[in-house]
Amino acid sequence: MIEMSHVSKTYKVSKRDAGAVSALKSIFHREYEQVHALKDVSFTIQDGEMVGYIGPNGAGKSSTIKILSGILTPDEGTCLINGLNPWKDRIRHVKEIGVVFGQRSQLWWDVPVIDSYELLKDIYRIPKSVYEQNKDELTELLNLGELLRTPARQLSLGQRMRCEIAASLLHSPKILFLDEPTIGLDAVSKLAVREFILNHNKKHKTTVILTTHDMQDIEALTERIILIGKGQILLDGTIDDIKNGNENMDEALAALYQKYEI
Amino acid sequence: MWNSLQLYAHYFKIQFHSAMEYKTSFILTCIGQFLVSFNVFLGVFFMFKRFHNVSGYTYSEVMLCFGITLMEFSIAESVARGFDTFPSMIANGVFDHIMVRPRNEILQVLGQKIEFTRIGRILQAVVMFSYGIMKSGVQWSLAKVGTVLFMLLGGAALFCGIFLIYAAICFFTLEGLEIMNILTDGAREYGKYPVNIYGKKVLFICTFFVPYALIQYYPLLYLLDKGAWWYTLLPAGGFLFLLPCYGLWRLGLSHYKSVGS
Repeated sequence: MIEMSHVSKTYKVSKRDAGAVSALKSIFHREYEQVHALKDVSFTIQDGEMVGYIGPNGAGKSSTIKILSGILTPDEGTCLINGLNPWKDRIRHVKEIGVVFGQRSQLWWDVPVIDSYELLKDIYRIPKSVYEQNKDELTELLNLGELLRTPARQLSLGQRMRCEIAASLLHSPKILFLDEPTIGLDAVSKLAVREFILNHNKKHKTTVILTTHDMQDIEALTERIILIGKGQILLDGTIDDIKNGNENMDEALAALYQKYEI
Repeated sequence: MWNSLQLYAHYFKIQFHSAMEYKTSFILTCIGQFLVSFNVFLGVFFMFKRFHNVSGYTYSEVMLCFGITLMEFSIAESVARGFDTFPSMIANGVFDHIMVRPRNEILQVLGQKIEFTRIGRILQAVVMFSYGIMKSGVQWSLAKVGTVLFMLLGGAALFCGIFLIYAAICFFTLEGLEIMNILTDGAREYGKYPVNIYGKKVLFICTFFVPYALIQYYPLLYLLDKGAWWYTLLPAGGFLFLLPCYGLWRLGLSHYKSVGS
């Protein structure tokens, strides 16, 4: 179970005007602006739930994922994931989670994908039998086959994303964080990724938290949606709450963004 | 511990495979690295062609000092140079991935970038070290051999500590500070000579703040029969130096801000 209560996070962002003069000035005097990435964010997610976490760019989606996965330490608030504090019990916590950042690769660039998997096996100390079983299952379901013997740098984006997802599931995590997993993918790859996530959640009861801008992802995958804007939770409900009678998901969401002025 | 070493070995293997993807570049860089550090030796060599001693040290004594310091640095470098690319690990999000893996962060950072081209530098260090030992004219005893080994270990620890500080500062600045190179590459260059030739103030700083003198000057005096026996123990300071460095790293880690989406 994931319990997040009253979490806040502030960044200091340095500002300066364009041009050489202000660049020089900024060496001696920097102006900072406090940006509230998260303000008093609270939610609870049950085991096996699949949740869509949506909001415009810069709303605080990634900050939330990073706090939940132990990368960032919040300024205020508490967070318990299966009884562990992600940033204080980092090592014990991250054994139980898998993370996919859609924009960044976790595979080693110059070696065949299978070599990266073997390294992950050692990093997570996955028993050999479990590793083989998971690898075979993922290879079959994600149709990896020949890809495993290809260096990551030579994979297409869609192929790479399938390999990334498999990489984050080798150690049978209880929770899977997907940060924009379908960004930039073609229609076929998107469908393949969605179908896989849906089946994996059903079969293994993995909790899935998904951030995306693609409303079709949300419609296909999640029942519960958390909408965040300017660092605050604005809505925690179902697809129908978002749709609000609107036929088109994108238009419904745009209407919501306007309503909340985010 | 054993498990960590195994993991490091695995990193080593995967890095080696990566480096071998670009063989020509690998070989040329190795040769380059070798030649660059050979230059430094030539500098010393030609200087002593003109002046037969510097601040009371003979050519062979300086060679011994240089050989040992270069060796200390090279050992540290081959282990800890991963910290050197740490700013880019933060910038391109690699460190985020490190944070979501259930292993010690430092071990993973070190495994992330192992520079095999440093083999050229290490080779150079071995050559200089052997040359320095042979030229030194020291009457070797068991205690002196032990002292040299202790200097190598303590010195490697000290340089590792400095690399660690460099990385820890990146948590706050998000980029590398070139000024830190004074303490790393700079120390290697200036470490050719026993630090007391740079004057009392430098010696003071190098004894109590960044303890280069403890891994170089004092034990060297013992080797040259100019210092007390307990100078042998001073390289332990190199290990003690690691403690505040590690503290700074922990502090930086809790300030980690990550970047971008």
